Amino acid sequence: MSASAGSLRSDRPRGRWVGRLFYGFLLFSLVLGFATLGALLVQVFLEGYKWVDLVLFLEPPSADPLIAGAEPAILATIFLGVLLILFTVPLGVGTAIYLEEYADRERWYNRLLEVNIQNLAAVPSIVYGILGLAFLVRGIGLGRVLLAGAMILTLLVLPTVIIAAREAIRAVPDSIRQGAYALGATKWQVVWRQVLPAATPGIATGSILATSRGLGETAPLLLVGALTYVSFNPTLLGEFTALPVQIYQWVSRPQEEFRTLAAAAIIVLLGILLTLNATAIWIRNRYERRW
Amino acid sequence: MSATMAAVSVDLTARARELPAKEFREVVFHVEDLGVSYNGNAALQDVSLEIYRNFVTAFIGPSGCGKSTFIRCFNHLNGLIPGAVVEGKILYHGEDLYGPHVDPVEVRKRIGMVFQKPNPFPKSIYDNVAFGPRVLGMTDRLDDRVERALEQAALWDEVKDRLKASALSLSGGQQQRLCIARCLAVEPEVILMDEPASALDPIATTRIEDLMHELKRDYTIIVVTHNMQQAARVADMTAFFSITRGEEGQRTGILVEYDATSKIFTQPSDKRTEDYVTGRFG
Amino acid sequence: MATREAAAPQPLRLRASRRRWGEDVVKVVLALCAFVSVATTVGIVVALFVPAIEFFREVSIVDFLTGTEWAPLFEPPSFGVLPLVAGTLLVTVCASFVCIPFGLGGAIYLSEYANRRTRRILKPMLEILAGIPTVVYGYFALTFVTPRLQDIGLPVGVFSALSAGLVMGVMLLPTVASISEDSMAAVPQDLRDGAYALGSTRVQVSTLIVIPAAISGIIASFVLAISRAVGETMIVLIAAGGQPNWTWNPLEAVQTMTAFIAATGQGDVPTGSIEYKTIFAVGATLFVMTFVMNLISIRLVRRFREVYE
Repeated sequence: MSASAGSLRSDRPRGRWVGRLFYGFLLFSLVLGFATLGALLVQVFLEGYKWVDLVLFLEPPSADPLIAGAEPAILATIFLGVLLILFTVPLGVGTAIYLEEYADRERWYNRLLEVNIQNLAAVPSIVYGILGLAFLVRGIGLGRVLLAGAMILTLLVLPTVIIAAREAIRAVPDSIRQGAYALGATKWQVVWRQVLPAATPGIATGSILATSRGLGETAPLLLVGALTYVSFNPTLLGEFTALPVQIYQWVSRPQEEFRTLAAAAIIVLLGILLTLNATAIWIRNRYERRW
Repeated sequence: MSATMAAVSVDLTARARELPAKEFREVVFHVEDLGVSYNGNAALQDVSLEIYRNFVTAFIGPSGCGKSTFIRCFNHLNGLIPGAVVEGKILYHGEDLYGPHVDPVEVRKRIGMVFQKPNPFPKSIYDNVAFGPRVLGMTDRLDDRVERALEQAALWDEVKDRLKASALSLSGGQQQRLCIARCLAVEPEVILMDEPASALDPIATTRIEDLMHELKRDYTIIVVTHNMQQAARVADMTAFFSITRGEEGQRTGILVEYDATSKIFTQPSDKRTEDYVTGRFG
Repeated sequence: MATREAAAPQPLRLRASRRRWGEDVVKVVLALCAFVSVATTVGIVVALFVPAIEFFREVSIVDFLTGTEWAPLFEPPSFGVLPLVAGTLLVTVCASFVCIPFGLGGAIYLSEYANRRTRRILKPMLEILAGIPTVVYGYFALTFVTPRLQDIGLPVGVFSALSAGLVMGVMLLPTVASISEDSMAAVPQDLRDGAYALGSTRVQVSTLIVIPAAISGIIASFVLAISRAVGETMIVLIAAGGQPNWTWNPLEAVQTMTAFIAATGQGDVPTGSIEYKTIFAVGATLFVMTFVMNLISIRLVRRFREVYE
């Protein structure tokens, strides 16, 4: 039987259809995700853009949607962002340095520490809220204040910062450390003068990304007392709200105008997060060294 | 003997006359029954020899014979590797480097190291050389120290106008000379070099070898090299290491022969040495 | 003819001139930083289980775990947690119907079909989906998805498990896709080449060769997504409902464990009251569920890493 031209063409039309259907399903999977993202963004922007104005930024919330603004919430979110960076960076980098440079991997307690951090990264955010409620708000009587919210968000975000900082520290080549030790530097001198400066871009990127995630969290703040109706500007030890909480409060109201307000506030929140993420990525692209 | 070895040996016998007689040599290190094991596996054992001041001493041998492990014993760099255990003694000016209370930082102030692959810090040229003095508290007249170190490393003329430039912008050979300058800036007594030229091109290699000749006037140099011709060119004394196999087949490094370079390459006492230097194996 | 000992260049002193206190201090400070994470875990366990144990002294744990009526404020109160668990599971199942098949589909596309440039663009874009705050997803569920469901004729009210579940599924899509894709990317190319050389189609290679080889990472991604669905709060708080409802019908409104905790915790519930303690009893239940799932997921991930790395 001689081979004829065209005998290489697939003679299994069913196979071809299966292939096409399968491919269609795969494409649909991706399209589903992106289409939803698109619909979400379009919905938010179309509904809310008209109300992103000075009123939103400068007025406190009110029962009348036409004069309500989100100033306390926006300020609180910015305030929380600053506190988050202030708290998480030293704690997270300190833990990462300890695990990477000082801890003996063979010891059981150090391995437990690593497992512990992995577990904490996967705990639902509302559990952190419960932690805050029990210990900070009621336990030591700190009350429903901004500081408590900042502390709880710090704990929530900390495992992510630790993991990012460890990656950055690990990426610094060992030859740099050896060269520094060989000159007579002590361990801390090597870490502080060589390892950390080299790891800084990675640490900065990771911390900013983690903070951005923390600022989008609502559930822990609800439990720690972010009140849903706050009309004064936030202070460290005063009652507070935050942008995600304000959005939640407005979404829960039945009136149509509050939905619109919520959409406007969402635009602001997304704007803040986008700025943070873009900054982090810019830092990574500009400063990160490829060893 | 091959033609190359003949040429080298003429050069060697000329230089052999330059080596001071044994009674005039000064001992810097006295190594006694040194052994190193990693997690129970012996990498090196029963090494005994003396290192003399202002000599260039080369460690040669096939790969895996423990010469890099050995050189790292002199500046306690093995201590950075978990599971590394050093037995035996290294007396440095009569004091045991591995005695109790010996601080590795103090050891490394006096015994510096240059690595196989140049490892400049990701900082400026100036900051690279200044790093050692800064961490050791030698910050007086820092600019002078940096200049002097760079001059001794034969790099000053090439970089004096761009001290603030990143060290990573230098060529491989320049980076290695920078690492040497960095080492010199803390004013050590001994310089350890672990295959300092193996990552460099031949011209850069020659410059490093010339540098070793000049530096030995003021410093004591120990160099590990896998390049026999290099050892023949630069070293006054040469130690040849090889590998023995244990009963279960483990490979351990041992010192086979240690003598003036001219003798190692022209009239080795041990057959294993002769096999190695004539290229029959290794 | 013995050699002479060389004189040391300066008086030789190999001991440290003074004990380096700074180094010890540094180590202690750093260890304290690390200790914060330990303290957090201990805090979580204590915060959850101490009040929960107190709760179970007043309420029988059997009644709690098997009762189908959750009405802690009624007279007499009932503390059957099953409606809340059912609510959680209902939403989770709806979410799984979205994120598992389509997350896997996206992963297969990225891993087996897309070229490198496409993957480099699409993968970060998918991450954006994961970065949107959950409260925004809740808003979307309420204002877009629910009306659309009503438009196509489904008898859903303002709140429904389906609406929240669908949106949650899309939110979790990147989780499944990303981890599954990593797992598939770790499968050596030789396996695929061997199959292609035998004349297999891409469909066959993807489903019969790659997926089985990457299965532990893929399952890990499913488990992780489900765990996140169980622990999610805002989407369900906004869009699923606020009344406990013992039902298996996703078209109805339900209250999940997380929504209950959020709703009760917000209010000024008197400390130490039985109502206050319900927060912790339900919280402890939630924590145990997610903890077990996370352990399984981590184990699976470790297994897929070991096989290929």
